Amino acid sequence: MALSASALKVGDSRSEVVVTNLSRTQIVQYAGASGDYNPLHTDEVYTTQVAGFPSVFAHGMLTMGLTGRLLTDWAGDGRLLSYGARFEKQVWPGDTLTATATVEAIEDTDQGKVARFSVVTVNEAGDRVLSGTASARLDP
Amino acid sequence: MAQWSFPVEAGHIMMFARAIGDPNPVYYDEEAARSTEVGGIIAPPTFIQASAQFNPDYFLRPKIGQYWFGSGKGPTGSNAAPPEEAAGGGRRGGGGGVGLHAEQHFEYHRPIRPGDVLTPTNKEGKTWEREGRSGHLVFSETITEWRDAQGNLVVTARGVGVRTSGPAQRS
Repeated sequence: MALSASALKVGDSRSEVVVTNLSRTQIVQYAGASGDYNPLHTDEVYTTQVAGFPSVFAHGMLTMGLTGRLLTDWAGDGRLLSYGARFEKQVWPGDTLTATATVEAIEDTDQGKVARFSVVTVNEAGDRVLSGTASARLDP
Repeated sequence: MAQWSFPVEAGHIMMFARAIGDPNPVYYDEEAARSTEVGGIIAPPTFIQASAQFNPDYFLRPKIGQYWFGSGKGPTGSNAAPPEEAAGGGRRGGGGGVGLHAEQHFEYHRPIRPGDVLTPTNKEGKTWEREGRSGHLVFSETITEWRDAQGNLVVTARGVGVRTSGPAQRS
């Protein structure tokens, strides 16, 4: 169900836990689905011994995909006009991520009413792992 | 690089939605999707990234019979001998620096649906540098316009990659 402009105001926000105790297997599942098999995400031996990280870590695009669920759950299927993200910190196996979207503006455009959102995803320590923006077409 | 395209398949969308932990039936259940506003299965907002599967030159996919910089018997170089440019751990791994995805931005012109055949056009992006916590950082931007078989724009993607000059920072 799509959002209607009359039911939404600037400052409204919504949060969702988008992954709990992220598994290495889910990271590998994302590698297989997306085609990005970078050993930094799929190969603990390479990542710790050659690249020098404490363990494999999630693709930024996995965090962006997980976070996208909050946006489509809220704005409705096929309603997004834009979605952008900056990957601020790495996401590690075991992380639990909570995504929050906040309405920053509601605008009249030639596509009708459009909501502009800020988006933040934090890990269980409260550190920001993703920050971004999105916009979505609203019903009147 | 030869022109290539991304044929969008329903099974691929389903597997991608599972991987991002999204149980929305609009990504896999044709029957349920038919009664939604979009009228059929669509792809999640970040699905265009899975086009990498169809890029013949994508360097983060092991290729049959070719060198791969991930571990095998040893911690790197699991397959065949390294070509000169990959020696030392591969283009994005190991060695003196590491390449990471810094930003990704999408503009949606219409939802992606099974049956779409999407063709990329790359546009010149910017490059910039700055000093970061882990040394000198070089950012480079890639802009890709994805068009359907009719030539209509479907998604515009802008990615930013960052390369560090030093070894990975431990956290």
